[in-house]
Amino acid sequence: MSQLVDPFLDNVFMQRALLAGILVSISCAIVGTYVVLRGMAFVGDALAHGVLPGVAGAVIVGAPVMLGAAAGALAMIAGVGFITAKSRLSNDSAIGLLFIGLLALGVVLVSSSDELTGDLDAILFGEFLGVSWSDLLVQTIGLAVVALVCAWAARPFLLLCFDPDLADAMGFGARRHHRLILALVAGTVVVSFQAVGSLLVFGMLLAPAGTAALVTRRIGSMMAVAMLVGVVSTYIGLLCSYHFDLAAGASVVLSSVVIFFVVLVARSLRRPVTIGAHHD
Amino acid sequence: MSAGASHQTPPALVARRLDVGYEGRTVLRGIDAFATPGRSIALIGPNGSGKSTLLRTFAGLLSPVGGALEVCGHSVARASKRIAYLNQFHPNAMALPLRVLDVVHMGRLDRRGRFSRRRAEDHAAVSEALDRMGVADLAGESLRDLSGGQRQRVFLAQILARGADVVLLDEPTSGLDAVGRSVYLDAIDVETARGAVVITATHDVAEASRCDRVMLLAGRLIADGPPDEVLTPENLLTTFGVGLSRAGDHLMVTDHGHHDHGHH
Repeated sequence: MSQLVDPFLDNVFMQRALLAGILVSISCAIVGTYVVLRGMAFVGDALAHGVLPGVAGAVIVGAPVMLGAAAGALAMIAGVGFITAKSRLSNDSAIGLLFIGLLALGVVLVSSSDELTGDLDAILFGEFLGVSWSDLLVQTIGLAVVALVCAWAARPFLLLCFDPDLADAMGFGARRHHRLILALVAGTVVVSFQAVGSLLVFGMLLAPAGTAALVTRRIGSMMAVAMLVGVVSTYIGLLCSYHFDLAAGASVVLSSVVIFFVVLVARSLRRPVTIGAHHD
Repeated sequence: MSAGASHQTPPALVARRLDVGYEGRTVLRGIDAFATPGRSIALIGPNGSGKSTLLRTFAGLLSPVGGALEVCGHSVARASKRIAYLNQFHPNAMALPLRVLDVVHMGRLDRRGRFSRRRAEDHAAVSEALDRMGVADLAGESLRDLSGGQRQRVFLAQILARGADVVLLDEPTSGLDAVGRSVYLDAIDVETARGAVVITATHDVAEASRCDRVMLLAGRLIADGPPDEVLTPENLLTTFGVGLSRAGDHLMVTDHGHHDHGHH
């Protein structure tokens, strides 16, 4: 029994990691619910990867890494809009192009600077055990903003997921609210990537919300179950990381994906399921 | 739309020399329309005739390419609360974790403040809409567990719950069985009786024949008036490109014209 709680009792690094994981889990559950229901997995993934060159650029010029991450995410959103407006390429082709382009730019920037090479792992896979109190403060503010915006826009977001035409016809502006969801995804990635890493943060957006979609019949309960799955994944992942000396961020995300498959198999034994929008 | 209608009742919808289209393409030109409250109007025509585009323009989803459009004396954007629009497809709805009751309540989301709870009048409107579409017993079910016909009834209940002045329906009977169709037609009668204008884009001649007026469309307005005057073999030949005549509620092919667009 002590092996299940002791790591968190007297180890301040583990305590901060657990707190960071809980904050990431709650933000990602709220935003991830809309990512799953709107069928925005690919653009969410691309946003998560788009932060890499921004972070690398910020380190090179000595700017705050979060500012760089935000710039990378903004470049991604603006770039997708630009390509789809100026070409006949589909949205997913535009996202794919920018996704791989920004990732490559990030690796090029990292390889160009000796001081950055050692940080690549931290950027991509996070530093759960290196989270500071100030990081936790930023995450708390980020979570508060996400929660307030989602409470304010809950109705248009619901209509948008159900039928963008209905949102438009009822005067809620589908395109405007779609951009707001994109901004929330970007904001969540920016405040969460230091703990879980830019490659793995998307797992926390998708896996808990996807698991919750399997077992809930209301959007509010989907968010609540997603939060629970995220928090449980954080606890299991950190515990495994502590006892077996594994990478913390990857252990947390892996736990959430394993929970998804366990629930999916259990649910499939009862009846087939449908998850996510049929098309974006 | 109803040139002979009384001009003492303010019109619910007025279109003057309206051109409609999308992505820079005009699909329907020069529509003059005038709809008085309490009337039902069918838009009928072959695929690509502009029915859905016209309906989407009336709903404010597409900007007019040219001409003028007013709903209840306002621009469409300012009249959104007075319009109910049923989309032809709901591709995402199946994927959402939603109960039938919540789907129908969505029709009233713009009636309340952002943070205010459902009021007694919302519950009453939703309950009546569920009853009228015969889906009250499904209120607690998950939408994704229903059959296609049951889901269409739920979507129609969402429209009824809005209590709108202008009701726009794109292929409303799609997926409905004979009982569902009868329930739907009764519900529409109630809507017009309370003074709403109901405009339906349809392939269903039986449905069009029950309306007060029919607009035959094929890139332009071919004919506009009561069903018996509009659904003539000559007008149907011009609209569908094949010789068609009415046999009760059905259309029969009597002669192939030079444009074989098919018929419904």
